[in-house]
Amino acid sequence: MSVLLQTENLVTNFYTYEGVVRALNGISLVVDHGTTFGLVGESGCGKSVAVRSMMRIIQEPGRVEGGKVVVFFDPDSQQRGVDLLQQSEAYLEHLRGDQISMIFQEPNAALNPIMSIGDQVAESFLFHKRKEMCARVLEELRRPDGPSISPLGAFQRHLYARAVRNPRDLLVTVAAKIPLLKHWQRRLKKEALRRSIEIIGKLGIPNPDKVVKLYPHNLSGGMKQRIVIAIALACSPLLLIADEATSNLDVTIQAQILDLLRSLKQTEIASILLITHDLGVVAETCDRVGVMYAGNLCEVADVGDLFHDPRHPYTQALLAAVPRFHQEGPLLSIEGAVPNLVDPPAGCRFHPRCPEVRDICRRQFPETVDMGGDHTVACYRYTDRPRAEGAP
Amino acid sequence: MKKLIELRDLQKHYPVRGGILRHQVGSVKALDGIDLDIYRGECLGLVGESGCGKTTTGKAIIRLHRPTGGQIIYHRGNGHDPLDIATMSPGALKREDIRGRLQMVFQDPTTSLNPRMLVKNIIAEPLREQPPMGSRELEGRILELLRLVGLTQDHYLRYPHEFSGGQRQRIAVARAIATNPEFLVLDEPTSALDVSVQAQILNLLQDLRQQLELTYLFVTHHLLVVKYISNRLAVMYLGKVVEIAPTKQLFVQARHPYTHALLSGIPIPDARQRSRRIVLQGDVPSPLNPPKGCRFHTRCPFVIDRCREEEPLLERFSEEHRVACHRKDEMERLVRDRFGR
Repeated sequence: MSVLLQTENLVTNFYTYEGVVRALNGISLVVDHGTTFGLVGESGCGKSVAVRSMMRIIQEPGRVEGGKVVVFFDPDSQQRGVDLLQQSEAYLEHLRGDQISMIFQEPNAALNPIMSIGDQVAESFLFHKRKEMCARVLEELRRPDGPSISPLGAFQRHLYARAVRNPRDLLVTVAAKIPLLKHWQRRLKKEALRRSIEIIGKLGIPNPDKVVKLYPHNLSGGMKQRIVIAIALACSPLLLIADEATSNLDVTIQAQILDLLRSLKQTEIASILLITHDLGVVAETCDRVGVMYAGNLCEVADVGDLFHDPRHPYTQALLAAVPRFHQEGPLLSIEGAVPNLVDPPAGCRFHPRCPEVRDICRRQFPETVDMGGDHTVACYRYTDRPRAEGAP
Repeated sequence: MKKLIELRDLQKHYPVRGGILRHQVGSVKALDGIDLDIYRGECLGLVGESGCGKTTTGKAIIRLHRPTGGQIIYHRGNGHDPLDIATMSPGALKREDIRGRLQMVFQDPTTSLNPRMLVKNIIAEPLREQPPMGSRELEGRILELLRLVGLTQDHYLRYPHEFSGGQRQRIAVARAIATNPEFLVLDEPTSALDVSVQAQILNLLQDLRQQLELTYLFVTHHLLVVKYISNRLAVMYLGKVVEIAPTKQLFVQARHPYTHALLSGIPIPDARQRSRRIVLQGDVPSPLNPPKGCRFHTRCPFVIDRCREEEPLLERFSEEHRVACHRKDEMERLVRDRFGR
């Protein structure tokens, strides 16, 4: 299996008036090409902060303060990884939405209420695939049986030709801003809309050519979430990050969306990083799972191993707290509450709620142990050694 | 078993106004004829997707709004006559102490607790409408309530923002049981909470029901939660009850295609049990203009011509199991043939 995304010892802090919130306390995980990785945990455990740190979209007062986020674009050559934390903002702007894209939790907040659906999907094409689309329009213009040439036609062709050579060409940029002249982009926009209709159709939305003219308020929750997925998939990303993509949807609609993601996984996208608090969703869609608690990754395993042989006391308690299909007897709950990360417990952050707390748990965070079969746990049950300073 | 609350053809229509004179141009049929019996001491689960009228039903029972039609019959016991509370005036509701006897816990404790009130005042508020109590007695009662829901004396003089989500929901429960009610509407009490805390609250509610002999109407969209806590389950779709049965029976032999779809849609937290699910096409139709015939026919995988014309009634299928479907007798075979479940 070849690595797609690897984070090493990722640390993110938020500098608030109440103090420093240590939201990520050294996260190291690996997402392989062609797999679905699930990140689970309760609210406030840092799942969203983790992926936002990877994409470098942490907002003030948060800061990514350490670690590496390495992406290996080519599955065949594992040498040339790119550390996203070292790259320029401009580089990331072109990466986000193109090679790595994201779906957010609340489709209402992710869509712009005053832009039509078509424009919102096309935006992604116009930003990332400009060159490719200009080439296609130019080809059409040059065809002998192509559209008839208006008086401005020659100029238009010239502009498209320049845009193909360099999308950020000065003349092209200026021409796009001047009234009347900016109409040269009409064909480009038409091309973007054509592609939008195509991708919306692929997501199983009926009448895509009508839907692109609608606005978000015309659509139901499930449809909106499909549109958000369409925007994320527009440029065929290598990695799709889904941050609680189905949490706000009804059961039957959630089933539709999960089905859709599963079928897209086979055809369109290489890998998915799924963030959720619902262990059921993880069990049904993921290949590998990481369990987070209070800014730490406590256990990573293949999905079957995690559900049948959980090793970390938190994972065990979490699984016991979920109501089951064949539930008999009372649910086991975890006493206490998730700690406040301004002043997290010293040592292992789970120790105040842990049934088997030992003396060393209160002092130092345990090292991560490999239990075999790609199953790693950070708990003193399986090791006596604390985590080395600065090591993952 | 004795009935506590009986709903007879309960309706709630919200007017839609339009035009210059704001005259009524239509109505949203949030509840369109609900028949439901709630027995003393049971926990009845009410499930369905958002917008199907679950919460409206709950709010109608405790008369947070006045239903458009139908009856809500409240059997008070102790030799009192049954009372139709659907049309009672606010004054009469207070005189008969309906407000104190029927209470509600809301979904999100961050919004249902007033951030500017101390916990002691939040819990004391419903008690002020009761026969007056001395301040000593009141304090004693509040501390007793806090203890009942698993909080301590330390929490007495604090504000809601100082608590975690689970603790806030405990405060909301304490407020609801302050007046010694016999019936509680629990409107998604755990959906704003985390899994580990959700289990705490569910266990608390179970204990309280036995300790205080309460009756619950548990409104939720989460089927595994409701399976854990309730004895009987009613499934709603677009303002109608489509199936009602004892919980165990419903999970094993559902007779309505919508119930089947809901059950198969639950993601099961077990990696070796990835099941085939029935994925319904499309969305819930608008309650402004519900489909003719069976309301579910637009999404039903087993639709026949009769479903488009004739609305099925909620009919007895077996003892305690009622279904509103024309094809209920062959449903088991249909689901097995089509989906292999």
